[in-house]
Amino acid sequence: MSSAKIVRAVAQALIAPLIAVLISALITSIVVVIAGASVGDFWDVMLKVPSHRNLVNIINQSSMIFLAGLAAAIGFRMNLFNIGVEGQYTLAGYTAALVAGAAWFPGKLNVLVALLVAMAVGALWAGIAGLLKVTRGVSEVISTIMLNAIAGTLVGYLLSNHGDQYGQGRRTTPIPASSQLKGWTPWSVTDGAIWTLVLVAILAGIVMAVVINRSRFGFDLRATGANADAAVASGVNVKKMVVVSMLISGAVAGLIWMPALFGGADYYGPPFQRTLGFTGIAVALLGRNRPLGIMFGAVLFAWLSEQANPLGLIADISPSVVQITQGVVVLAVVIAYEVVRRSMAALEQRELRNALEAEGAPA
Amino acid sequence: MSATATATGTPTGKPTGGIVVRDVLKQFPGVVANHDVNITIRPGTVHALIGENGAGKSTLMKILYGVQRPDAGTIEVDGVPVHFASPTDAIKVGIGMVFQHFMLADNLTVLENVVLGSEKLHGIGDEARAEIVRISDAYGFGLDPDELVEGLGVGQRQRIEILKVLYRGAQIIILDEPTAVLVPQEVDALFSNLRELRDSGHTILFISHKLDEVLAIADDITVMRRGATVGEADPKTATKQQLAELMVGTELPSPETAESTVTDHVLLSVRDVGLVDERGRALLKDISFDIRRGEVLGIAGVEGNGQEELVETIMGMMRHGSGHSTGHILLDGTDIHGWDTRDRREAGIAFIPADRHRHGLLLDFPLWENRVLGHQTRPPASNGYFITRGAARESAEQIVRDYDVRTPSINTNARALSGGNQQKFIVGREMSGNPVLLIASHPTRGVDIGAQAAIWEHIKRARREGLAVLLISADLDELIGLSDTIEVILRGELVGTFDPQSVTPQQLGTAMTGGKSTDEGGSR
Repeated sequence: MSSAKIVRAVAQALIAPLIAVLISALITSIVVVIAGASVGDFWDVMLKVPSHRNLVNIINQSSMIFLAGLAAAIGFRMNLFNIGVEGQYTLAGYTAALVAGAAWFPGKLNVLVALLVAMAVGALWAGIAGLLKVTRGVSEVISTIMLNAIAGTLVGYLLSNHGDQYGQGRRTTPIPASSQLKGWTPWSVTDGAIWTLVLVAILAGIVMAVVINRSRFGFDLRATGANADAAVASGVNVKKMVVVSMLISGAVAGLIWMPALFGGADYYGPPFQRTLGFTGIAVALLGRNRPLGIMFGAVLFAWLSEQANPLGLIADISPSVVQITQGVVVLAVVIAYEVVRRSMAALEQRELRNALEAEGAPA
Repeated sequence: MSATATATGTPTGKPTGGIVVRDVLKQFPGVVANHDVNITIRPGTVHALIGENGAGKSTLMKILYGVQRPDAGTIEVDGVPVHFASPTDAIKVGIGMVFQHFMLADNLTVLENVVLGSEKLHGIGDEARAEIVRISDAYGFGLDPDELVEGLGVGQRQRIEILKVLYRGAQIIILDEPTAVLVPQEVDALFSNLRELRDSGHTILFISHKLDEVLAIADDITVMRRGATVGEADPKTATKQQLAELMVGTELPSPETAESTVTDHVLLSVRDVGLVDERGRALLKDISFDIRRGEVLGIAGVEGNGQEELVETIMGMMRHGSGHSTGHILLDGTDIHGWDTRDRREAGIAFIPADRHRHGLLLDFPLWENRVLGHQTRPPASNGYFITRGAARESAEQIVRDYDVRTPSINTNARALSGGNQQKFIVGREMSGNPVLLIASHPTRGVDIGAQAAIWEHIKRARREGLAVLLISADLDELIGLSDTIEVILRGELVGTFDPQSVTPQQLGTAMTGGKSTDEGGSR
């Protein structure tokens, strides 16, 4: 009974994403055929063993996407749709780069202070939406989308008025060499280094898994997401939960770009990587807001983007075709999970009936 | 009136639209929602279907409108057996339904709302407009097809809903608690509309639990209780009291308590509690009562007279915007007015909610996690910061054993259990927190007879153990059998105190419906 249960739990966890990946692979193949290219060439490129340089890039990108997915998932677990991860990490990234560039603290302490500043700024920016929701009833979807636009404009304004001139554009003062983190170079130097702060992403994932599944706060959060009325009756202060989870979601969002900043970006400027916040939302959906699922999604998305780069050269297909794969996989996983959940619920109901009948007791 | 209505093109001869329902049975996993349902609705009449919440009215209504399919039994419309796979089939034979919650788009006009989804009938232009004006004039609806819905009041919106149904050619109109959202003047207007509809040959099925209104409008009355039709009444001769008795029943096994265990120690003291909603309407007024240790105080009343609000006020669950309360609530001498729900629960208030799916359970969480709900801050569920899984599971096992919860394991999701077993688990959970006060709101609603007896036993045990119990119920036998004192609530006010030793269901029924009490029931 119990071993069968474990097998089923594992199957339940794996079946849905597997189906989703297969469906999206099928649809992408159809698109490739319609576009007049060779499906064989396409999959050769996508599935070839990544080079060392590609692997390093996949890991580094995964860490940022993973943090973005975690940030979105914290809100999603209680039906709070923080669409503002994008704006939160943009503003937090800029502020942290500014603080780190000012080098008020020596070496590694500077890194720590910058991380804390990033979390605080992300939390504050998300907290605005949380406060608006509980005091004025403003939908967090609307307010966070608007805050995204404001954050982007604000950073642009500050940068162009106070940034250092650099080539055609402007940037924040680069962080001092003593605060740059060399990372880990498993292969040759030309293959690049895995960023040190990838560890922050891993740590955040572990902390989140423990907090959500084991802590009282996590229980309140999940209960509110599952049945807000029952949560209220059980003593959860939903307003407080809204504000606190927005703060936490924003704080994690603030960390998104930190691995890149200290791993080689060195300053906030035109090369700043945008849209990670939106990727995070997709990955959170893909991973059903569970840390392990989000990790799987982050690696998948990073893999697809990285491997697609040479598509144009080798298979004569635009690399953006993988965006279709990414989009379809998110849609497919939502449907697949619902189908699996329903069939599992029906199975459970049947088993319950059988168990009770076997017991000879009226249900 | 009837003379003018006949000029509208609706059938003028023999009215059609009679429905005969025979032996309908509908089961959901673990619950029999309808059984032995028999109704004969005569064509061209207003037929009222009454019963408390959970009596099976909505299930029957859904079966008649094709939303649910019966497991057994037959339905005939005008003598022809019908089988509905969906509401579309019901509409085809001329059955239309007006839901309690309006389904109108505010930013569209009356015309646009009416034609939405039925564009093929009369188009979306002048032909449709003419048809709407014709129907509106025929029954005195007074609706302008080009007015925006957002500017219309509740009564007018309801007439649009009725018009939508007529526009689609319905001969039989089902109205689900149509007066729940209306003020008295609007109710009068609705009733005159309904009479005109009836006089023009339509058949109306009117669902309600407001007895005054039923007696005012209905030609026939059918009463439902615990999923079955239990009787019919003639509105010309029936009294409210008789109807109330039929609705709540008197023949069930009596849940009688043993000798009094009431002490002198006042545990809950409610003083002058009032509650107004955001529009300033009084939901509760000057509510005062005491409950001592070892005492069960029963609150009797027709549903919707402030019971829900009273419970939520004592639990501190009144949400922002849903009004604010005044007065004092003393728990063992401490004023808890202003405390939040968690503080109150920690202080020892246990709560069995009226709607277990909405307020009592996380349906897609396993049973052991449901053991934690409401006890997130206290052992054995938690150490204050982390959920103590082992202890919580052990406690859940204990509840399953002690309260006879029929489940394969504590890892089963709460949704899979039957209503009675869910309720037994909730009772067990609430009693496991060492409470001093138990608030039990309709504790045996929708559970089978076995679970009902078990839950009664648990409430009696709580009383013996010295808890103060506040019992709200629509089941008068349950109230009389379990309570030490009964208060009657009517329109948010306590209107009478009764001694369950001597009171009869008839006397309670009179007080609940605002009639004059004849003997010992003293008014406050």
